Amino acid sequence: MLTIGNKSFHSRLLLGTGKYPDVNVQKQAVDASETEILTFSVRRMDIFESSQPNLLEKISISNYDLLPNTAGAYTAEEAVRTAKLAYASGLCDMIKVEVIGDKKSLLPDPVETLKATEELLKEGFIVLPYTSDDVVLARKLEELGAHAIMPGASPIGSGQGIINPLNLSLIIEQSHVPVIVDAGIRSPQDVVTAMELGADGILLNTAVSGSPDPVKMAEAMKLAVQSGRLGFEAGKIPKKRYATASSPEEGISF
Amino acid sequence: MELLINGTTVQLSNNITTVSDVIDYFIPDRPAVVVEHNGNILTKENHSTVNVKDGDKIELVNFVGGG
Repeated sequence: MLTIGNKSFHSRLLLGTGKYPDVNVQKQAVDASETEILTFSVRRMDIFESSQPNLLEKISISNYDLLPNTAGAYTAEEAVRTAKLAYASGLCDMIKVEVIGDKKSLLPDPVETLKATEELLKEGFIVLPYTSDDVVLARKLEELGAHAIMPGASPIGSGQGIINPLNLSLIIEQSHVPVIVDAGIRSPQDVVTAMELGADGILLNTAVSGSPDPVKMAEAMKLAVQSGRLGFEAGKIPKKRYATASSPEEGISF
Repeated sequence: MELLINGTTVQLSNNITTVSDVIDYFIPDRPAVVVEHNGNILTKENHSTVNVKDGDKIELVNFVGGG
């Protein structure tokens, strides 16, 4: 079970809802992923365009825990405002703190992320900060009281996979709250690698929504999360320099 | 009455008196909307009780796909 704050989940895959080809594919991909947590963004509406697609149109949101993000925020103040707007919907009490510090790489601003996390914890939110894979920053976020730590594998939407497995494993090793690897995932292989390192969960979006077959990729990611987790729990054999026969030596000469 | 809604100046008739009226006028089919009125974030329960007046600033926001 994945436990975040006072909530427990069977699925360790958190799925983003952005950039699907259409709402039907999005719905099918969400179903195939068997996720229990959906992320989304908060945006100003176009009041003069009545035909804009509604994210909530196809998905029965009451079946999911919703994790709004503060994407678009460049300061802690903006992130807190976005979080409060999301909360006012009455649909969620979790928040993914995402404060970007660099427009090109979309890497998070560590100082503003800390500030926003602290403020939202004071307000009573269940706070999941998206952070770089900095080990010390991850520890400081946990010390503030963050309910999970979400280090990026690589820049958002880049599909560069896990760039620094050492840092991720150090964060996982030191953390007493769930570590959810968020951003940069491309393939099921990346997911398995992160889960085998001991990550408690994976948050991805573009890897599924941008795939030529999002529904199939959603299922692949679900299985990768499960496979990687089982492998982690089971434990791996040590590596050896030379071969060790799997078949017995005895009884070879008939 | 003149309101600034989502950054755009809009002229509305004086029949519109509450935040709920504004929502019903512009976006009647979108139930998940969240409203900020002159910098104050409103809960759903407040939509029908908060009055709007000339010069008010309103933000109507909603959930969109995101990761």
